[in-house]
Amino acid sequence: MSFVEYGDVIREGDTAIVFLGHDSMFPVKVQRGGQTQTRYGVLRHSADLIGKRYGSKVTCSKGGWVYVLHPTPELWTLNLPHRTQILYATDIATITMMLELKPGSVVCESGTGSGSLSHAILRTIAPTGHLYTVEFHQQRAEKAVEEFKEHKVGHLVTVLNQDVCREGFGVTGVADAVFLDIPSPWEAIGHAKAAIKKQGGRVCSFSPCIEQVQRTCQALAEHGFGEVSTLEVLLRLYDVRSVTLPLPDFGEEAGGPGDGAPSAQNATVTCKTAVAPKEMAGHTGYLTFATKSLV
Amino acid sequence: MEENGEAVNAQWTIKEGDYVVLKREDVFKAVQVQKKRKIIFEKQRFFLDNAIGELYGTNFEVASGGTLQPRKVKHEENPQETKEAGMDNRNIVDDGRSQKLTRDDIETLKEQGLKGKEIVQQLIENSTTFRDKTEFAQEKYIKKKKKKYESDITVLKPSTRILALMYHGREPGKICHLRYDTLAQMLTLGNIHAGSKVIVFDTCAGLVLGAVMERMGGYGSVIQMYPGGGPVRAATDSFGFPAHFYQTLHEFPLAKVNALLAGALSLESEEKSGLEDSSTGAGELPQKTVSETEEREAEHSSPDAEAMEVTGEGPEDKSKAERENQRELRVQEKKIKLEEKRKRLLAAASLLEGRNADGLIIASRFHPCPVVLSLLKFVAPSRPFVIYCQYKEPLIECYTKLREQGGAISLRLSETWLRHYQILPNRTHPKLLMSGGGGYLLSGTTVVMDTAKSLGPQRVEEPAPKRQKLEETDV
Repeated sequence: MSFVEYGDVIREGDTAIVFLGHDSMFPVKVQRGGQTQTRYGVLRHSADLIGKRYGSKVTCSKGGWVYVLHPTPELWTLNLPHRTQILYATDIATITMMLELKPGSVVCESGTGSGSLSHAILRTIAPTGHLYTVEFHQQRAEKAVEEFKEHKVGHLVTVLNQDVCREGFGVTGVADAVFLDIPSPWEAIGHAKAAIKKQGGRVCSFSPCIEQVQRTCQALAEHGFGEVSTLEVLLRLYDVRSVTLPLPDFGEEAGGPGDGAPSAQNATVTCKTAVAPKEMAGHTGYLTFATKSLV
Repeated sequence: MEENGEAVNAQWTIKEGDYVVLKREDVFKAVQVQKKRKIIFEKQRFFLDNAIGELYGTNFEVASGGTLQPRKVKHEENPQETKEAGMDNRNIVDDGRSQKLTRDDIETLKEQGLKGKEIVQQLIENSTTFRDKTEFAQEKYIKKKKKKYESDITVLKPSTRILALMYHGREPGKICHLRYDTLAQMLTLGNIHAGSKVIVFDTCAGLVLGAVMERMGGYGSVIQMYPGGGPVRAATDSFGFPAHFYQTLHEFPLAKVNALLAGALSLESEEKSGLEDSSTGAGELPQKTVSETEEREAEHSSPDAEAMEVTGEGPEDKSKAERENQRELRVQEKKIKLEEKRKRLLAAASLLEGRNADGLIIASRFHPCPVVLSLLKFVAPSRPFVIYCQYKEPLIECYTKLREQGGAISLRLSETWLRHYQILPNRTHPKLLMSGGGGYLLSGTTVVMDTAKSLGPQRVEEPAPKRQKLEETDV
C-alpha cells in the first residue's frame, strides 16, 4: 500500500483506515504485535489485520466488527491529525482540476499546514511529478516530512521550512502550478511567478476573506497574470430517507357512500426523498485562479 | 525538464495535426490544426496556418483574408487618455443620439481595414456622453466595445479544465449537463491516479473518459464500457493524447457484461455479431460463417495468380474481375479489423474478469441503477466508485438498492454549487449563481460482500457477538 499505489493485502507498516460506521473512522499504523482499541473491542494487528484483504470485515474482541479500508487522500483528509485548518475534498477537487494537475506536474505549495491538500497533490502528480511545499512553522514542517515518509510518498516531495513571502519556494522556472493558502498571498505572487515555468502555468490562491482576494487579484494583475477568476464551490450533502405524508380526510363524497371508495381516514403516502441537512458549510474560502501566460 | 531551450519549446509549440482549443473571451472551441483549413469561430473566418510554430498561449489577431497574426506584446490598457469622468448619471439622457457615428460609418471603418482598437477609439471619441459617464461606466463601455471589435484569439493546449468548460458552455446536452466542478469532484472522489485500473462508463462524448485518462497519465489501464455499436470518443480525441495513452485504453460492450459475469462470453458469436454490426458489409455481404470467409481468403491468397488470370480475359470481364478483387480486399480488411476487435475484446474481458478494478466512474444518460449494480461486480473491495446523474431521483433509487444489496459503504449523495465572483476595486460581488444544473453524484467505497444475506440495514444496530469467528482468525 501507499497513498499513490493500491495494494490488495494489509501489510506491516501500512496506514489503514478503520471504519466503524458513518462519520466514525480513524487511521491506524499497522504493526506486528500492535493493538488498537475500538468501541467494539480490541483489534490485534498481527491476527486481525496483517494479511487480510483491504475492504474486509474484521471482528473485534467484543464481537463487534469494523471494515478496514485502503488509505486514500480523501480518507486521510477526514482522519488526519489537525495542526491547522485544512482544505476538504470539495475545494481540493476544484483546485486539482483548475490547476490542471496530472502525472508529471511540478507543483509549488505554501503553507503545508496539516498536509491535507499535499496528499491529494502527490496522488495526482505521481509517479513522475514533484511537489515543493513550503511551511514557515518548523514543527509543522518536520511533522509533514515524517508523515510523507510514513505514507511512502517522501520521494515525491520536498518540504522547505522558510517564509514563502520573503524567500519564495526555493525553486525557479520549474513549476506547472502554484498553490497558496497563506494569510497574505499577495506578498507571494512575485515568488509564484518566478517559480512557474517560462512557458507559463497556473496559480491558485485560497482565502477566506474577500479583502484578501481583492489584494491578491490586484497583485496578480500587476504581475501580468491573465484569466483571473475567483470562484466558490459549496458542497450539499443529502440524506436519503423514506418520508410518510398523511392524506387529509375530506369526508364522504357527495356521490354517495356506496361506491366502494376507501375511506381517506388514516391513509398515508410514503416516498423516498433526499433531504438537505439542517445546516451546511456555507463558506470555506474563495478560490482565485490565474494563468501565467507568455510574455 | 530544463535540458535545453529547444527541446522544451518543441513540446510547447503548435504543430500541424495538433488538437488545440481556440479561446476568445470566455468562449472556447476545439479544433485540429490543419493547413489551408477554414475555421469559423465567433463569427470570424480564418486559417490556422500561421499559428504553426508559435508557442501555446499566443494571442492572435485575425487580419484581412483570414490570416492570423501573433500579437505577443500586450497592448496598453485604456485607449482613453483624458481622465475626465462624471460623478453620476443624473444628466445623461437616453435620446439614442449620443453616438455620432452611424452603422454605415462603422462598416466603412471596418472595410478600410481599421484595427479593432482604432474603431473602439473612434467610438469613444464620437460618443457625446462618454465624458459624463462615471469612471466605472467608462470602463464598462470600453470593455463592451472591445469585446465587439477587438478579436484576439488565443490558441491553447487542451486540458480537462478547458474542455469541460467548453462542453458545458457550448453543448451541455451532449455531456448530460455535467458541470465542470462536478467532473472535478468525480475525479477526486474516484481517487483517479496513475497506475490504477479504472472502469469508465460515459455517454458524455468521452469527456469523462478523457478526464480520467489525463489523470492516469498513460499509467495503468482504463476500460471503457459502451452501449450500442461502439465507444464514443469525440471529446476524448480533443485532448490530443499521445499514442501510448491509447495503448492503456480498452473497451468492452455493455451488451456482453451479463455473458462475461456468467462466464459464458463466447468469441465465435462475437465474430458473427461483428459482421452484423459493421454497417458497410451488412448489405452486400450475406451472412457468412467464419470458416467460409477463411476459405474464400485462401482461394485468392496469391495476388499474382489472380493478376495473370485477369490479363487473359476481356475488358468487360476485367472490370468484373477488378470488382471482385476489390470485394476480396474489403473482405480481407474487414477480417483483419474483426480479428483486431476480437483481440481487443479479449484483452478487455481478461482485465475485467479479474474483478479487481480500482475504481468505477459512471456518467450516462441511462438509468444508473442497473449499470452500477452489474459493473460494481468487477471492482475490488475497498475501492471508490462515483455515479453521476443529471437527476437526483435515480440516484436515490441506487442508494436504496446498494444499501439492500450490501458490498458498499460510505454512500454519499451530493451536489456542488458553484459561484463566480467579479473582483474589481469597489465593484466586488458574486457574478452568477449556478445551481441545480450541475448534476448529482452518488459515491461510496466497496467492501467485501457478506456471504450471509441482508446485512446492510443491520449495520446501525449493535452487532451480535461473534466469538467463534474471532477464535478462527486467531489461529
